[in-house]
Amino acid sequence: MEVGLTHYLLLAAAVFLVGMVGFIVRRNTLIMLMCVELMLSAANLVFVAFSRELGDEAGHVFVLMNFAVAAAEVAIGLAILMEIFRRRRSVDADDLNTLME
Amino acid sequence: MLPDLAGLRGGAAILPELVLTGTVFAVLVLDLALRRSARRGRVLLLVTCLGLAAAATAIAGVSAGAQPLFYGMLVADGFALFVKGVVIAAAVVGAILAALSPEIRRDQLGEYLILLVCLTLGMCLLAGARNLLMLYLALELVSLPSYILAGFRHGDRRSSEAALKYVVFGAAASGLMLFGFSLLYGLAGTLDLPGIGAAVVARGLQGGLDAQLLVVVAVLLSLAGFAYKVAAVPFHMWCPDVYEGAPTPFVAFLSVAPKAAGFAALLRFFLSGFGAPLGFPAPGEFPWPFVLGVLAMATMTVGNLAAITQDNVKRLLAYSSIAHAGYLLMAVAVGSPLAIRGVLLYLPIYLLMNMGAFLVVMAVHDATGSETVDGFRGLGARAPYLAVVMAVFLFSLTGIPPLAGFIGKFFLFAAALQTKSMFFYAVAVVGVVNSVISLYYYARIVRACFLEKPADAQAPVRVGSPAAALLGALAVPTLVLGIWWGPLLGVVEKALLLPR
Repeated sequence: MEVGLTHYLLLAAAVFLVGMVGFIVRRNTLIMLMCVELMLSAANLVFVAFSRELGDEAGHVFVLMNFAVAAAEVAIGLAILMEIFRRRRSVDADDLNTLME
Repeated sequence: MLPDLAGLRGGAAILPELVLTGTVFAVLVLDLALRRSARRGRVLLLVTCLGLAAAATAIAGVSAGAQPLFYGMLVADGFALFVKGVVIAAAVVGAILAALSPEIRRDQLGEYLILLVCLTLGMCLLAGARNLLMLYLALELVSLPSYILAGFRHGDRRSSEAALKYVVFGAAASGLMLFGFSLLYGLAGTLDLPGIGAAVVARGLQGGLDAQLLVVVAVLLSLAGFAYKVAAVPFHMWCPDVYEGAPTPFVAFLSVAPKAAGFAALLRFFLSGFGAPLGFPAPGEFPWPFVLGVLAMATMTVGNLAAITQDNVKRLLAYSSIAHAGYLLMAVAVGSPLAIRGVLLYLPIYLLMNMGAFLVVMAVHDATGSETVDGFRGLGARAPYLAVVMAVFLFSLTGIPPLAGFIGKFFLFAAALQTKSMFFYAVAVVGVVNSVISLYYYARIVRACFLEKPADAQAPVRVGSPAAALLGALAVPTLVLGIWWGPLLGVVEKALLLPR
């Protein structure tokens, strides 16, 4: 069986859904950030698949840029997470309730 | 063979961005060099303001043109230049607010200003982006410093909690948006916004049901990122928490500038990408005026209804800013020339009244330690100047004539009524009802200022002369623009003269 564009897109959709459902279901903010990374990876896969299919390099460039952006985003997210963990010994989303009416 | 490099010449058109980049480095170096100097804070603030002023001057010198720059990545048309001007003005006020606020530690002011100018640079790029890659990178350049600034009160659990909520939801929203972008790229075969628009319209008309469905999914996912930036329903949940926890000078900036840049990007995304249908789209076209109109109604209703029960003033203003995003979304949904004019006119007016209101909140908090509506009780006697300007800002936010907020809202609603479509009549009616609701909670603060006695005998609230001067600089235009808006409208008209 030839692996074509449809397979890549189906895989990307599956990865994206896993990430999105995980983000909604899980309460640990560290896991939630990891789920976001899955969503970003799914988008990268779509970009690369289409880029190859269309013979256009723009998608490749987008993916490379996105690596850098995702890394920066995670670096900031983890720094803030560390700050919270030091203070409360928990990164559970349900414990983040200081800011409630 | 060498590639053709002519497209790399941006010329004077990107001078504002270059000046901002230079300012970032200048502040960075000075922050290190003046580590032991007692005047570090003042020098850094001065350099930042000079850099921002230089960038504003550079904007005035750019001759607006619809010609794309850097192989179609950016465009410096009048629309982009106007928004850049607004965000730079907001950055100047934001920098001064940070220097005035005790919430930002003196030894960290340099870092704060660096991040603030980085953010401003991102917003300037966002206003001119006409390529999905540029749009995404600029949006992230706005988001990443915002996450840090939201958690800037080091060691404060409310501040770091606000930052964490901001970063987690922000990352998820950009994940959704990126997936939408990747599908758009696949559908159109290009990252260029006008090219995507043409391809999407063609596919919508010719393609089967599956192609149309894919277009709808891709556009809705892309919308998530913008909705998050401007705090529109259903991506508004972060807004009250971040506004409450983050340092007040940053919240004042966050409530205005990223919102302005987000709306600019949203307008460009839909208008240059998808043409501008008035009223209902033809069958096969993506019905985005309808989708955005429904989002606008939901956003203003949720914002206003939730604001009624708030006791924390920062939270109340957060919900109020959600409601204002709803009014602006209404105009984006209309998408007519009058609507775009209305949005551009609204942005500077919103800057004046909202940043002014936050400045009063900051002054009251610094004097009394209270951020609740009760903290404003008897303010009319304790600090008449603060109470009067607060009343001006709040009534302007409500949209009561003869204040600037009325003119801003007038153009937004006029654009909706001009469409002569039943749907937008309904949206406008919802908007008017919402404005009436908003009067209730804005007036609650004014009532606390003038009609209620303070709970106990409290010392008069003192406000320093720089803060008083800045308040005046924000309040006077709020009053004047309500009666004499011609010059501002003229600037907006001139910005829109060139085709987008």
